Amino acid sequence: MVKPTLTPTQIGGMLLLAALACILPFVLSNYQVFQLTMALSYAIALLGLNMLTGYNGQISLGHGAFFAIGAYTAAILMDKANWPYWATIPVAGLVCLLAGFLFGLPALRLEGLYLALATFALGVAMPQILKYKGIEHWTGGSMGVVILKPEPPAGLPLNQDQWLYFFTLFWVVVLFVAAWNILRGRVGRALVAIRDHPIAAETMGINTAIYKSLTFGVSALYTGIAGALAAIGVQFASPDSFNVFLSLSLLVGVVVGGLASISGAFYGALFIQFVPNVADHISKAAPWAIYGVILIAIMYLMPSGVAGLLRRARARFAGKAGNRVVAPAAPAARDDVQLPISGKEAG
Amino acid sequence: MNTNRRKTLVIGAAALTGPFFIGSARAQGKKEIKLGQTMPYSGPASAYGTIGKLHQAYFKKINDEGGINGTKVNLISLDDGYSPPKTVEQVRKLVEQDEVDALFQTLGTPSNTAIHKYVNAKKVPHLFVATGATKWNDPKNYPWTFGFNLAYQTEGEIYAKYILKNRPNAKIAVLYQNDDYGKDVLAGLENVLKGDKAKMIVAKATYEVTDATVDSQILTLKASGADTMFNICTPKFSAQAIRRVYDSGWRPPLHIVNNVGASVGSVLIPAGLEKSEGIITVQYYKDESDPVWKDDRAMLEWRGFMGKFYPDGNVNDASNVYGYITAQVMTQVLRQCNGNFSRDNIKKQAESLKDWKSGLLLPGITVNTSATDHGPIDQAQLSKWDGKKWVLFGDVLGGGAA
Repeated sequence: MVKPTLTPTQIGGMLLLAALACILPFVLSNYQVFQLTMALSYAIALLGLNMLTGYNGQISLGHGAFFAIGAYTAAILMDKANWPYWATIPVAGLVCLLAGFLFGLPALRLEGLYLALATFALGVAMPQILKYKGIEHWTGGSMGVVILKPEPPAGLPLNQDQWLYFFTLFWVVVLFVAAWNILRGRVGRALVAIRDHPIAAETMGINTAIYKSLTFGVSALYTGIAGALAAIGVQFASPDSFNVFLSLSLLVGVVVGGLASISGAFYGALFIQFVPNVADHISKAAPWAIYGVILIAIMYLMPSGVAGLLRRARARFAGKAGNRVVAPAAPAARDDVQLPISGKEAG
Repeated sequence: MNTNRRKTLVIGAAALTGPFFIGSARAQGKKEIKLGQTMPYSGPASAYGTIGKLHQAYFKKINDEGGINGTKVNLISLDDGYSPPKTVEQVRKLVEQDEVDALFQTLGTPSNTAIHKYVNAKKVPHLFVATGATKWNDPKNYPWTFGFNLAYQTEGEIYAKYILKNRPNAKIAVLYQNDDYGKDVLAGLENVLKGDKAKMIVAKATYEVTDATVDSQILTLKASGADTMFNICTPKFSAQAIRRVYDSGWRPPLHIVNNVGASVGSVLIPAGLEKSEGIITVQYYKDESDPVWKDDRAMLEWRGFMGKFYPDGNVNDASNVYGYITAQVMTQVLRQCNGNFSRDNIKKQAESLKDWKSGLLLPGITVNTSATDHGPIDQAQLSKWDGKKWVLFGDVLGGGAA
């Protein structure tokens, strides 16, 4: 099967997006640049979670734990070992890869809701684990770790916030290109096959066990890197930063953005970064009720997430223009496949 | 379907662009004083959110009465869910977008730790933070940050002085929470009991917030033969400790419970009111449930305020008394500004409070600050539980290493 490549329109769109991403920090205030930096970190985490939940059908309610591990890895390396901030990112990723893989191995026996509960346990436990006396010397206990804000390299006409934005953007590009390459090929098809019909996938010769635990590992790697970037952005890591609500928000972001969609990670990230603020602005008395209403509205109006809605809009627009060359081939390998999660995992 | 989709796009567009426009309208000229704060309106510490609501009601009252010499106060109070990353985001919004003149009573030790360096780098007055950690009073390194609460360390010093004076041969057993808060109170005790007096502390035990009970710690402390129990616990553990001390048959002649763990509702009632008899703690503001203050003028005024401006607020919640006092102090600072509400002047006035009194503080306790002292409250009075209510006794005491 031929790997689908990008159409000229798509390439054009991406260039436009890249240009926009580079211009934004110069027209927005520093505070808004900071918000975008946070949204970019969330986008990386959401992409990681989407690999696991959207593509592979394993539901995780505890990815905040990997976010925390990544954040603390970066914070401790910077604070205790005086590492430069940029060197801590790959290490945070690798630590989480290992943690995710090890957690993924026993989790193989658990499916659907049971896996969701096991990961939930991890997410709930993490803030308290971080306060544990034995590791307090490193984690700072409940007081957390304060990180110095990175200075832009000498000679660049950027302030700290702008530099951090571009630093995060760099990782976004690297990790999204990597994910796009992984997910559109054999590996991506294998993941989707395992999600849709594990027995059939095994019959086709896919090593389900390895794939599932590796997916867990890679997913954790993405989330850990996101956590490290977010901690550097906030300049602080403490157990209260990574409560179970973070894990739930990440899952919300994945579903709102669009399951099994790479671009959905951005929409989801914008949602979890900005919608709570919008809700707070609409009603001071019950912001979370407003948040809930927005969430329900989105689920009702965009059952396949923002990415799904845009895809449908695009298809209809293309249809009206009499141009029906919407590639029907290899749906599983497209960035934006729209496959419902099948029976068992849908739980 | 078509309309649905259009609606969706509208909602989507609003969701995406909204945040960029919100609050972008900057205040023109100086028509109002802008204060900003973050509060845990949602999340694990949401019970404290009432402080922020009370502040808003209080400044509504001030504005209804004509403001600060004619200038209205606009308090922008944002939810941070007790999550430090959210605090950073909201405080940056307040400072960079809303351009507040000062921050007031941002709540929580981790939340304030996360913004400590930032607000000092930005030179924004970081006034009267709602936490008791001692580190907020450090004008040398953090000239823009001001504490408010009686610092944990000062509280420890007060108990130590009381012990030295009344039970100079005491053998003290300490149970404390293993974090900054617990260590802070203990540090106060040890500041006073140093040198040859350090021997007075015969046993120490810690617990983690994650522990289920403190039973084994209590038994260890009891076995040390101590005759004075010093309980530095948060409410749940404080209640457990009081009950366990009693049930184990240990009747230490002196049992001190720090202010954090001395609430009637969340500690003494669960522990057993009669089991708590004789316990000593400190207070610095009036207890709204204490019948002594039933007809007190300041208390009546406070009740009137609650009824008129904050009817949803709980009049049995000490946080609402606390919030009222802090808002009064903030108002005093703004009055002292004399029309010049620059950040420099607000900071200068915040460190120029001299013997300022609130009717809700215990008689004799005054608010004092200076360029080298950013801790407004450093006095308290001892109080003993008689089985039915707290009874204040002795003089108003201050900290310091005796």
